[in-house]
Amino acid sequence: MSIATEAGRERQTARNGWLLSAPALFILTAGAIGPLLIVLVYSFLTPAEYSGVEWVFSGEAWFRVFWKTDIFDGTVSLNDTHLAIFWRSVKLSVTTTLITFAVGLPTAWFIATRPPDQRSLWLFLITIPFWTNLLIRTFAILEVIRNDGILNSMLLGMGIITEPIQLVFTDTAVLIGMTYVYLPLMVLPLFAAIDRFDMRLLEAGYDLYASRWAVLRRVILPIIRPGIVAGSILVFVPSLGAYVTPRVLGGGNNMMIGNFIELQFGQGRNWPLGSALSMLLLIVVTVALLFYVRAANTDRRDV
Amino acid sequence: MTRETTVEAKAVGKTFGHGTSAFRALDNVSIRIDRGEFFTLLGPSGCGKTTLLRCIAGFESPSVGTILLSGRDITAEPPNRRPVNTVFQSYALFPHLTVTQNVAFGLEMLGRPKAQVAATVARMLALVKLEAFAGRKPAQLSGGQQQRVALARALAPAPEVLLLDEPLSALDLKLRKEMQSELKRLQHETGITFVFVTHDQEEALTMSDRVGVMSAGKLLQVGTPREIYNNPVSRFVADFIGETNFLPGVARGGVVRLASGEAVAERVANGPVTVAVRPEQVRIAAAGTRGIPALVARCVYFGTDTHVHMTLEGGVEVVARVQSPPSGDAGFAPGAKVVVLFAPDSVQVLDD
Repeated sequence: MSIATEAGRERQTARNGWLLSAPALFILTAGAIGPLLIVLVYSFLTPAEYSGVEWVFSGEAWFRVFWKTDIFDGTVSLNDTHLAIFWRSVKLSVTTTLITFAVGLPTAWFIATRPPDQRSLWLFLITIPFWTNLLIRTFAILEVIRNDGILNSMLLGMGIITEPIQLVFTDTAVLIGMTYVYLPLMVLPLFAAIDRFDMRLLEAGYDLYASRWAVLRRVILPIIRPGIVAGSILVFVPSLGAYVTPRVLGGGNNMMIGNFIELQFGQGRNWPLGSALSMLLLIVVTVALLFYVRAANTDRRDV
Repeated sequence: MTRETTVEAKAVGKTFGHGTSAFRALDNVSIRIDRGEFFTLLGPSGCGKTTLLRCIAGFESPSVGTILLSGRDITAEPPNRRPVNTVFQSYALFPHLTVTQNVAFGLEMLGRPKAQVAATVARMLALVKLEAFAGRKPAQLSGGQQQRVALARALAPAPEVLLLDEPLSALDLKLRKEMQSELKRLQHETGITFVFVTHDQEEALTMSDRVGVMSAGKLLQVGTPREIYNNPVSRFVADFIGETNFLPGVARGGVVRLASGEAVAERVANGPVTVAVRPEQVRIAAAGTRGIPALVARCVYFGTDTHVHMTLEGGVEVVARVQSPPSGDAGFAPGAKVVVLFAPDSVQVLDD
């Protein structure tokens, strides 16, 4: 009798635990998997005349992601516009990841080697930009780098340059913006990894005839690799889908894939093509991550 | 026989911090360590022995003085240029590398050819008996095995000097005894100069060719374990190494007398002195015979030995270590009247 009651109570507790997570599960299902399925379905439909879709199956959108048909003679060739935009997005995201790593590693090292009571202050300073809306921060960057902005006025005033440097509406501007926006996402995981790093290993490395460079390459980097992997993913993935930064700083001619997808849902009035491009972006990111994580987790066997 | 010097410290001083918070870790330390010698730096924690070791390794640079290696001034050389390797107290093994890769690290950094690296690593792993663990990561090894890896890693590049910073302090007693003889064997087989830092006086006495005793940044005495034990230069050394009875005395007219008036030694300079006698050199005889009258206070049984605590006239305590008889009872009842005698040449006279 009492055993049965206990078992019943246990079952009830288990059910309650499941119920507690139900809201989160519902939001995740409805907010992530649902829209994803809609996008997947839309990519196989026909565009309606003004916007939206007609419920007629078509592989046209997927075909047009990769190929284009000449409007005069109907010959089919590789769609270099789409590929160029994809390539530019990948290139800018990889570059952003590399720059944030190069800048973030010394920063994270600096914070991790401060006395414990000062560390939280530095981490706090790193997270301050998150308090401001991304759009406002991006416009602030625009204010700094535009032709009659702060940077150019200062350089002109000091007589270092005679003509304003054209930064706005170039890939460089997009890079500056994305580096600024995503840098904290690189610094924080790197800090967490360096914080766990045993500094006595540096002495062991120097003692065994390693130069500073060799200690960095053979001791520090392999040991903080989990932080590097986490930081790179946190920077690379949102960079690839960046929308606001390339829109504001890159202008209409320096589109990244995010802007191009938006174009299909707006002025382009081609929702299936936009959906197909979105799915392709998702596939590219997933495949890239799989390869990256696998490569990063394989022990180097070069000894 | 003239011996060749490997490491030499000349008037080395090291001060940490500055102003009122300055801490003098090393104070005018000069030392010569012979080639192929097992040299131990002994002293309580904070005495500067580790700082001196780190100065030799290159992790600290002396505030004053020079460090020579085989006659060459290496004071300004960074650690990765010094043919000196360290076994760290924490072992500091590279956690991402296997045992083999750890041992190979120094050789690779020296740019040795691959075949030579592989051969040396195999030889080192055989030397420390870890062939079976070559492919493991440090986290998969016991403390004693990690210690062996650290030794093999530091010995592999065949340094001129091997520095050992309290390497046995993290091991339990049985393993520590094992590693002590292991270290002696390794030193014998490789012929490399070992500079060993410890605060354990027994470790220092049993393992070393010579011992340097340090306190408060100063090198107090350098000598063989026998010299250090039998002829300590100061009360600190006598007290730190082994157990010692300290008795107040006065030197006058070439003779040192205890407070009881007993003459125990000869000494030219007059003045108050401290007489030091090791407990095993104290003999106990029946009351009434020649000797210093004493009262037995208590006996402490140690197994092979029994420590007999006695009080001399004037309240000074003397401890005698006598071998426990088969019955286990040394036969000295508390309150018994006895006389104590000091074995000839066993009395040390130290300045107060």
